[in-house]
Amino acid sequence: MKHIWLWLPLGLFVLFFAVVANGLINPADRVIMSTMIGKPAPQFSLPSAVDGLPGVGVANLRDGKPKLVNIFASWCIPCASEAPMLEQLAKQGIEIHGIAIRDRRQDLDRFLARYGNPYARIGADNDAKAQISFGSAGVPETFVVDGKGIIRYQIAGDINPSNVGDLLTALKAAK
Amino acid sequence: MIAEIGLAFLWLAGVLAGLQLIIGAIGLRTDRAEMMAGVRPIAMVQGILVGLSFWCLVAVFMQSDMSVKLVALNSHSAKPMLFKFAGTWGNHEGSMLLWVAVLGVSSGLIAAFERALKYRTHIATLAAQAAIALGFYGFLIFSSNPFERLNPVPLDGQGLNPLLQDPGLAFHPPTLYFGYVGISVAFSFAVGALIERDVGPAFARAMRPWVLGAWIFLTLGITAGSYWAYYELGWGGWWFWDPVENASLMPWLAATALLHSVAVLATRDGLRAWTVMLAVVAFSMSMVGTFLVRSGILTSVHSFAVDPTRGGFLLALLVLYIGGAMALFALRVGTVREGNQFDLMSREGALVINNLLLSVILSIVLVGTLYPLVTEAMGQKISIGAPYFNSAAGYPALLLVVIMIMGPVMRWRRDEFKAVMQRIALPLLATALMLLGLVLARPDVGILPFLGLLLAVGVGVGSFAPLWKRNLRRTPLFTYGMVIAHFGIALSLGGMASESGFIKEKLVAVNIGESNTVGPYTVKFLKIEPVAGPNWTAMEATLEARRGDGEPMILRPQARMFSNPVTPTNEAAIGTVLDGQLYLNIGEPTPDGRWQLRMWWKPYVTFIWLGGILVALGGFLSLIGRAVREKSARARKASPEPFASGDILV
Repeated sequence: MKHIWLWLPLGLFVLFFAVVANGLINPADRVIMSTMIGKPAPQFSLPSAVDGLPGVGVANLRDGKPKLVNIFASWCIPCASEAPMLEQLAKQGIEIHGIAIRDRRQDLDRFLARYGNPYARIGADNDAKAQISFGSAGVPETFVVDGKGIIRYQIAGDINPSNVGDLLTALKAAK
Repeated sequence: MIAEIGLAFLWLAGVLAGLQLIIGAIGLRTDRAEMMAGVRPIAMVQGILVGLSFWCLVAVFMQSDMSVKLVALNSHSAKPMLFKFAGTWGNHEGSMLLWVAVLGVSSGLIAAFERALKYRTHIATLAAQAAIALGFYGFLIFSSNPFERLNPVPLDGQGLNPLLQDPGLAFHPPTLYFGYVGISVAFSFAVGALIERDVGPAFARAMRPWVLGAWIFLTLGITAGSYWAYYELGWGGWWFWDPVENASLMPWLAATALLHSVAVLATRDGLRAWTVMLAVVAFSMSMVGTFLVRSGILTSVHSFAVDPTRGGFLLALLVLYIGGAMALFALRVGTVREGNQFDLMSREGALVINNLLLSVILSIVLVGTLYPLVTEAMGQKISIGAPYFNSAAGYPALLLVVIMIMGPVMRWRRDEFKAVMQRIALPLLATALMLLGLVLARPDVGILPFLGLLLAVGVGVGSFAPLWKRNLRRTPLFTYGMVIAHFGIALSLGGMASESGFIKEKLVAVNIGESNTVGPYTVKFLKIEPVAGPNWTAMEATLEARRGDGEPMILRPQARMFSNPVTPTNEAAIGTVLDGQLYLNIGEPTPDGRWQLRMWWKPYVTFIWLGGILVALGGFLSLIGRAVREKSARARKASPEPFASGDILV
């Protein structure tokens, strides 16, 4: 019986091989587009995630103004790198609603203190249900929602100089 | 011309590695002395040739020979000399050539200087080294030729990623590579010992300096990498659990375990199979690390190019080496006789627990790093970040630290619990005092920093316990090495706990002349003006930081813009004092003419890296101490046995 155990490391390695070989052969298309585009935003209502800012719900998205819904987390590194872009967008008067995924209050406070706070509202999505109902697959993702609460556009991944133009165009079109 | 010579050297070295493998294998199989006799000289020449080949690549980078594709893609004639030099390995091809060059040179060194091993085991080790090197020669020559020419020749190069234009780059990757390669040497020893069924104290003693050396380099590499990320990325963090960081941490964890189990094998002839397994695991981790980093299969802030061909090639090598070694292990280790037995309550027992805990931490990091790939294969995408790693790995790590207090004062083979407790009474008392102090003064720290601070004090005092009641002058150097290394761990742990427990941070928009406080400091914004460097321009802020009535400290953070390629970066300004660092970052101007300023006060954060350096220093002292001990032991042995078996044919 003892000899079977000796093959365990090799077995584990074969498992590792299967996983990475699959990863190499089907280089994951890391962008999943939401199927919710063109549809009304899902029913959701999230409690406030940080002190001083209200939470987010679907009702807040139907007030007639187009806005951005940014799905992010304090533990996510690309979210930190897109923070300056969001801050500039907020400075141009664009309303940004944040949905914080599986986060903690003190971590969020720290994140906002460190990278700036462009958000008008931040909802705490502790089980990522709201995120999934938006059709979002990861953090960060940003959605353009028009004044009637219909999802118009999505950026999967961070906002950066190469895609911010499209984002602004989509925002303009959503008016 | 130099590029062609370099390529020729590379080919020759590769062919020699093939020869080294073939005649070594046939010689061992058929037991032909004349064939085995060729292995050592070939290994030495191979080392020299691949070293020269790497030197040729350095030369074309130093001359900025833009007709070489690699130089044109990764360098620029306007770069400072140091970065042209370091740029040699700041890219895929160059870094792989460095890898194989270090491997070849160390192979040559083993051929020339190794004396402790049995002759046949020595030859088997060199053949295993050649097998590893051969794969990388093939990889370089057929899929990543660093000496490829460009026609027509471009006017100038494309420059190097500005984040990499830093003195840190000159040292960080090579240190890690020395570590990886040192582990590959330990692995070759293990394979050689398995092939020859020669797993015992002599093998452990021959392997130990390489494990120690590799571990020192890995420790330094990780410490330097952490500090580099800390001051260069400008995010103020010192560990991000990024896949690339994990890729360097995993071999270190395995090497740390190996280091401790090799001690049991060398001193007590126990843990034979386990030590061999760990050598295989440590090498697997360094290969897996190289693979994860170089194939681009995981997304990372280190953003290396994704390349399925290269990834496939590296994966094939992985299968060959790791799969081969694990199969060899399964087939052969059953024939390795069981080593000496021991009680759980003994030094060996503590080292076994140390090994188990390190293995647990290693598995946690490995699973966390690979899990996104697994779920991706099942069609689900997730990201695993610091919350998982900190809470999953934090507690086993703290438990490990508890063992670290007890293990060094325990006796080999068997010990009494009561006696051990008496020997660590002082560290226990220190921990209790710290607990009292913390509860009284700071009831609001998180649980991990709280336990971290407690144990840091416990280990800090406990690390000196092995010196207790000993003649300090007759205590061997390697004992001091252990004491210093363990004290370094305590220092690092204290730094981490203090930084995460007591950090103060602030983001403000400031006008010239305004003051803000962060932690104990008042920071006054004096002026901001443009400055220019060799290949960048920047807005440089001048800030005056003052603590109470003390001397003011002038700090100058910059928002830099590199010209080739155009990239903005933040150069943080860091003021270091005895009890911490003030970390300042200047950001964008706000529309009303103020400037964004990010300030952190990080108490005792420097202890993290200071501790890392002490750990490496402890390893170094231990290395020297062991070498001295081995030499005198050999000198004593040499008289009845005039020829060590390895010397007969040379």
